[in-house]
Amino acid sequence: MSRLVVASIGPASSVQDGGRHGAQRYGLTVSGAMDRLSLAAANTLVGNAPFAAAVEIGPFGAVFTARDGAVRVAISGAPRNADVAGSPVAMDNSVTLKDGETLTLGFARGGAFTYLAIEGTIKGEPVFGSLAVNARAGLGSPYPRPLQAGDEFSVDAASGAPELRIELPKPVSGPIRVLLGPQDDEFDDANKALFLDSEWKISATSDRMGYRLEGPAIKHLHGHNIVSDGTVNGSIQVPGNGAPIALMMDRGTSGGYPKIATVITADVGRLAQTSAGTAFRFKAVSVAEAQDEAKKFAQLIRNLPDRLRTADSVALNIEALSDANVAGYAVSAVDAGTWQVTAEP
Amino acid sequence: MAVPLPPPRLLPSGDSAVTVEFSRTIDDDANQRVLALDKALAASPIDGITETVPTYRSLLVHYDPGKIGFDALGEKLLPIAIQPPPPVTKARRWRIPVAYGGEHGIDLEDVAKALDTTPDDIVARHAGGDYKVAMIGFTPGWSYLSGLDKSLHMSRRQSPRLLTPAGTISIGGVQAGIQCLAAPSGWHLLGRTPVRTYQLHRNPTFLTEPGDRVTFFAIHHKEFEELDRAAEAGEIVAEQVIA
Repeated sequence: MSRLVVASIGPASSVQDGGRHGAQRYGLTVSGAMDRLSLAAANTLVGNAPFAAAVEIGPFGAVFTARDGAVRVAISGAPRNADVAGSPVAMDNSVTLKDGETLTLGFARGGAFTYLAIEGTIKGEPVFGSLAVNARAGLGSPYPRPLQAGDEFSVDAASGAPELRIELPKPVSGPIRVLLGPQDDEFDDANKALFLDSEWKISATSDRMGYRLEGPAIKHLHGHNIVSDGTVNGSIQVPGNGAPIALMMDRGTSGGYPKIATVITADVGRLAQTSAGTAFRFKAVSVAEAQDEAKKFAQLIRNLPDRLRTADSVALNIEALSDANVAGYAVSAVDAGTWQVTAEP
Repeated sequence: MAVPLPPPRLLPSGDSAVTVEFSRTIDDDANQRVLALDKALAASPIDGITETVPTYRSLLVHYDPGKIGFDALGEKLLPIAIQPPPPVTKARRWRIPVAYGGEHGIDLEDVAKALDTTPDDIVARHAGGDYKVAMIGFTPGWSYLSGLDKSLHMSRRQSPRLLTPAGTISIGGVQAGIQCLAAPSGWHLLGRTPVRTYQLHRNPTFLTEPGDRVTFFAIHHKEFEELDRAAEAGEIVAEQVIA
């Protein structure tokens, strides 16, 4: 067994996985990764199941050190500068830390959450099948709270597998897609239009439980209290002050404010990665369109292993360069550190 | 043959859940239908449903859109949902000990004053009630109870407290509740129970289920301390009555 030691880490970083399902009827929060695609990409790079437990790193930096042997990790999600012993590591790549080596991650440059997956995944005691941290309920493993410097994970020794990169589809841009409802009839047409036609920003007071939205005040038709009913990831409720709150992974399982709309499954991670202060809009889609997107999203995650490629490295590119004459690959030699194979067999 | 009831509204809650809404108000008949649909789905599962969450007036059905679409699921849910709920024959019944007033029920005196009566009378009315667990939500084990005596209906506090203790027994609006974990609350705190409706490493982890019946009985504060220690060690400390 090797160890991966958290040498330093900012707030809002915790162990997360696909979430804790099956006990919402008892009030047990789902939790799990804010950006499921990035979690799955990082895990796929090191050969783990897509929703295995990994470290969700908030917007601030983090430093990890391998001890008692080598540790293979991968990073995906919000881009940031990363290096191992001074050598840069690209996002969406795996990298092996030799015993004593340190991975340093800078602040997120756009986005909020980066996922660090560990080959062999994080070991812990699952509750309802999940290691996901829900700090409010004191749940999660191996630490039922946000991570702190000095925490460490017992991990499998690195397998020595070749380093990989993953080619993710170009990020979808444009409005965050929603389905109106389930309580859109608690708002008149003018206020629904105000919700859909306005520019919104995520408030700095947002967290894993909810993203508060800054924009015009949305008015209710019959007051802001409804008899509590169930919530889902991406429910957008409108409390008395008219400022919508998008419910995220640590949401309560039920709520008593009218929900004007629900973010579609395929876009919940995009909303999660929207930085505080960045302006965005919503767009209403039909149930059929949302379900079509949900199926495509599930398929994208299922097929992530098909997107793995051998990592670009100087060694690889020297090989590619020498192959170029016989195989006809195009090779960029602009920067020796970042040579890219620009076409593949 | 039972006569079918009016169909509930099927409201999409995003692309992977549907709210089956029987009523917009707190209504015991609607809650009975919610729990009956929930039970029927547990007994004969529909392929694609991943999880159900009963509330006062609606059943939230989580499903996998890769397995079943919104319309197809609705067509399967509606025939079950319009059946009159079978009479409840065997509800589990819990007798829950409560240390009323003092440090454990800091709002008891104020509630008594507001309702122009004595704290003892409030305790008698609250402990004299026969409640049903209408839903569980907000935080693990937080049991929302219907059946609060009409004379105890009163609006919530003007400003919610940021933190109320684990085990708080409170009333708010037309509802009564058992709170398991420390949490914010705008309800009126009448007392505290040593019973854990949720305890991670105990079997069962969750004590109450939607549909269970609950009554309360008063205990002395000293007795609370003893039962609290037993509960901390994993004992259930609520009395179960088999109806």
